[in-house]
Amino acid sequence: MFTIAEEPIDIAAIRQKAGDDSVGGIAIFEGVVRNHNEGHGVQSLEYQAYSEMAEREGQVIMQETLEKFDIVTAFCQHRIGHLKIREMAVYIYVGSKHRREAFEACQYIINEVKKRVPIWKKEHYLKKPAEWVACHGCSHPH
Amino acid sequence: MQIKVKYFAMLREQTGKKEEQINTDARNPLELYAELSKKYQLKADLKHLMVAINEKYATFDSSICDRDTVVFIPPVAGG
Repeated sequence: MFTIAEEPIDIAAIRQKAGDDSVGGIAIFEGVVRNHNEGHGVQSLEYQAYSEMAEREGQVIMQETLEKFDIVTAFCQHRIGHLKIREMAVYIYVGSKHRREAFEACQYIINEVKKRVPIWKKEHYLKKPAEWVACHGCSHPH
Repeated sequence: MQIKVKYFAMLREQTGKKEEQINTDARNPLELYAELSKKYQLKADLKHLMVAINEKYATFDSSICDRDTVVFIPPVAGG
């Protein structure tokens, strides 16, 4: 399941929903706001989404993931709004019988989300005017 | 025909609008973008945009119909 959240991500609620008795390994990815990008100090990030399409496209990615990898459960929530340093922007939870598939599926989900889901972020810098990050298909590590 | 256009990120800032209903004769997103670009002096280069019609990715030569929702998608940057 893929959802967009305006409020802080509730990890406990996701774990509760995604939990499954047949799962032996869980891989988690948390994307958080860091204090710099490409040499510039960052003080906050502003996320905006075309929510209806983002949830639809995100759902397609989750379905693909369940078909491509031998996993049991996958969940991704992406936050929107104005986030401060260290706040969580994205949380991905993948449960599988064994760990390898969980790690691979988790990686696949974040890569596809970055490429395809209509979410934008504006970086508010310490020493220069804010800018929308422009990277269609960019694969910068978070 | 009348279509709905929604704006996000830099396009929202450049147009000053979240969305609008437009009466247009544009047959596809390419023609529609040319019209909007002229109206709002949009700075985004078409080659850096994607387009969605009714919440699904489409191409710039896809047909648009009355009451469609068209969104020009600036470079996405989730995560």
